[in-house]
Amino acid sequence: MSALRVKEVDVDNSMTISVTVNGTRHVRTVEPRMLLSDFLRHELGLTGTHVGCEHGVCGTCTVVFDGQAVRSCLMFAVQADGHEVLTVEGLGTIEELHPLQEAFQDAHGLQCAFCTPGFLMTLVPFLDENPDPSEDEIREAIAGNLCRCTGYQNIIAAVKLAAERMGT
Amino acid sequence: MTDAQKTGKYVGQRVTRNEDPRLLTGQALFVDDVDLPDMLHAAFLRSDYAHARVRSIDVSAARTRPGVVAVYTAEDMGDFWRPGPLIVPPPSKVEGIVFHARTQIPMVKDKARHIGDPLAVVIAESRYIAEDALEDIIVDYEPLEAVVDLEKALEPDAPLVYDDLDSNLAAHVIQEKGNYEAAREQADVVIKRRIVIDRGAAAALENRGVVAAWDAKSQQLTVWDTTQAPIPIRNGIAAMLGLSEHQVRVIAPFIGGGFGPKIMMDQPEEVLVPWAAVKLNRPVKWIEDRRENFIGTTQERGQIHDAEIAVTRDGRILGLRDVFLHDTGAYDPYGLTVPLNTQSHALSAYDVPNYYTEFRVVFTNKMIVTPVRGAGRPQGIFVMERMLDLAAKELGMDRTEIRRRNYIPPDAFPYRHVVIDQAFAELIFDSGDYEPALDKAMTMIGYHHFLKEEQPRLRAEGRHVGLGIVSFVETTGVGPYEGARVTVESSGKVSVVTGVGTQGQGHFTSFAQVVADQLGVDVRDVRVVTGDTAQFHWGTGTFASRGAVVAGNAVNCAASNVRTKVLKLASKVLNAPEEELELADGQVRVADIPEQAISLGELAVLANPLRGAVEPGTEPGLESTDYFGPKTCATAFGVVAMVVEVDPETMLVEIQRLVIAHDCGTVLNPMIVDGQIHGGLSLGIGNSFYEQLVYDENGQLLNASFMDYLLPRSTDMPPLIEIGHLETPSPLNPMGSKGVGEAGALPVPAAFAQAVEDALADYGIEILETPLSPNRLFEIVQAARGADE
Repeated sequence: MSALRVKEVDVDNSMTISVTVNGTRHVRTVEPRMLLSDFLRHELGLTGTHVGCEHGVCGTCTVVFDGQAVRSCLMFAVQADGHEVLTVEGLGTIEELHPLQEAFQDAHGLQCAFCTPGFLMTLVPFLDENPDPSEDEIREAIAGNLCRCTGYQNIIAAVKLAAERMGT
Repeated sequence: MTDAQKTGKYVGQRVTRNEDPRLLTGQALFVDDVDLPDMLHAAFLRSDYAHARVRSIDVSAARTRPGVVAVYTAEDMGDFWRPGPLIVPPPSKVEGIVFHARTQIPMVKDKARHIGDPLAVVIAESRYIAEDALEDIIVDYEPLEAVVDLEKALEPDAPLVYDDLDSNLAAHVIQEKGNYEAAREQADVVIKRRIVIDRGAAAALENRGVVAAWDAKSQQLTVWDTTQAPIPIRNGIAAMLGLSEHQVRVIAPFIGGGFGPKIMMDQPEEVLVPWAAVKLNRPVKWIEDRRENFIGTTQERGQIHDAEIAVTRDGRILGLRDVFLHDTGAYDPYGLTVPLNTQSHALSAYDVPNYYTEFRVVFTNKMIVTPVRGAGRPQGIFVMERMLDLAAKELGMDRTEIRRRNYIPPDAFPYRHVVIDQAFAELIFDSGDYEPALDKAMTMIGYHHFLKEEQPRLRAEGRHVGLGIVSFVETTGVGPYEGARVTVESSGKVSVVTGVGTQGQGHFTSFAQVVADQLGVDVRDVRVVTGDTAQFHWGTGTFASRGAVVAGNAVNCAASNVRTKVLKLASKVLNAPEEELELADGQVRVADIPEQAISLGELAVLANPLRGAVEPGTEPGLESTDYFGPKTCATAFGVVAMVVEVDPETMLVEIQRLVIAHDCGTVLNPMIVDGQIHGGLSLGIGNSFYEQLVYDENGQLLNASFMDYLLPRSTDMPPLIEIGHLETPSPLNPMGSKGVGEAGALPVPAAFAQAVEDALADYGIEILETPLSPNRLFEIVQAARGADE
């Protein structure tokens, strides 16, 4: 956030926005400079979306925006006005995991799991478009998400497993 | 897992993790997720200069900005301002140690000593406002010449990081085994080289963070902290604020990766955020951003070695001499842990009869150095493995053969290395059997086939392929101790609490496996709590690959005690001798008469009656607290081999194959062990070719972002990491386990250097540094060509 330092803030600039997140419409009044990642985490309390670098490299804050994976640290909340966002909370539940989440558990595709929501939200639209990906395609698809724990091998295994299960 | 459930045996099985459903659905609590009513937000002003006298800090404008609640500098702290603790003092057993302790300070008073040294903290109604207010602060600096280069730092006319010291020498240590000089006289070949290792970052994906809340009515302070060591942090905060330790609760919830720097205790933010929360009587949150993580979180690895190896004609090591400089940065709160690890790991897996090792620790105007996954070990391994490669080349000997000839033989354990290591005891390897691991790795990589057939064929096609194969040891599971409490609850479920924190190592599962086997319950019915001082307040933390070994064995001891209690009580209730009872499916039953049974839950109720009397000499409940402290380190071992191809046009290196044969004693959960190895190897790949913190001559960090500092990505990793397991149980603990947390990070730079040298054999280069990069490799090749011409 240190990159974003606005000298004078006129609170009257605040805007009222309406964003649909995980199927629920939220109306909030926010400063134009509020990041989408901060809006999701701190305004809506959806803390499953994590923030790792705030400069668009690590991919940890990835959410699905109108069906496409985007970095929520590189967008302002006001840009989401009238749009639909899917976060990790909108996939499965603890009792009933989404097949991708289940595959991550079965293939040990997560360790500290700080980066995991970003991987999941990158992979959901990827698997929608490419339900039977090759290993190289998977590797490319997640090349914009950093993970420090797994060395990626088990993440790739998890995606293969999920594709297999979701395809049948 | 189905098999495991059937037999009731979990230890050693690939059990999927208990914690995953919460982590996968965004329901797990991380520090930045803590949200409290009336919470304020902190932002730190950090020095833009690596070395500068601070004449004045004007915070008046910042204080008047709407939404700012307070701005503090060192001056405002009064008597609370004091340097942090010396976390690890130098070992008293080594004679003649020179050590100047200069521990980290909460905020700069006189001069800033590295980029990022904290100058002031703003507390405001929002993070956005707090960061705005940083811009309002005016600092009057007097820039000083920065101490950056390790060798220049020790020259007589060098500027001083500490004006009260005569030089920038922070420590000086000499250790000896045998007599190197005498051994050198006997040697057929003596090889001497200078080896340079540069800095990298730990770069956990979660930056650091602290939330503190003071409840004035109950006089209780609660702190959520991204720490690997919650109990020492609690004790430190209590001491600093003058509170009883029982008034302070530190919670390390889910932590998004540790890798070392999160062990650090009483860092400026960990002290200042609780202090401000008490002072303002409102909760305060600070979350580091990525740039701050580069300039405000500790780093590691910078060393310069002058190494010399003396060998016989048949490849036996007679002795090693290693004299090195170790960069500790601007402060040295973690003592000598890192360079001591380097000293002990330079001997690695080899029977080295004579060893002279000397290091000087140097203060510089760079970020503080404390352990990062590996903690001095990769440097020692790099030095020894490079020297062996050079010796093998000189002798015309196969590189695996020289290693084989020098391995500590299996009947020589426990093997005394004589030197004192970071655990403050003599370095003694507990157990090991090294040659089978070498054989396994050679088979896995197809060593002879590659060298005899594949490589010549590919070279004939003009391709530059090479193989690297190196050994490593890892001292793991250091003391002093950890503890655990195991309780059977009236529901029949079991709770386990332990003091260590967890940063992704799977403790919620591996500890549950141990307990489930002891008590015959389903692994999903064991609930593990780690890192909450209100639940357990004895212990040190998760570091040095010790969680599974030390805390794991404490859990095992406590669970075994509970098992004893269960059997004793059940024997009375079921009217059957203890030896005829079995624990399975959450019940105690008579082995031959399964219907004669009682559930653990019912037994727990009987052990904690509401009326009547508990017999004298017994404790209520089915519960036990126990501790485990290993005498010395459990020593893990491994061999890594890789095949690389270098593109001589771009100097990009592709790791085509990567195998590891690894021995970490008894494995609790092979799935988790493999995961730890994968992660360690990926850091090792980073340390070999991607990750280098670049400081300029002014001590300015030039690549403080993920745009410029490269972590390995999925496309940088080899297609497949193949792992072969061997198990030589440690005699030092009842489970026979050894740690694995750092293993993968240790050998990769040495293997990578050997493989690249091999791939570029026709250029005749020697690689005596790590990390490399395409441009650095190009320079090395150019230099070798120039030397030829």
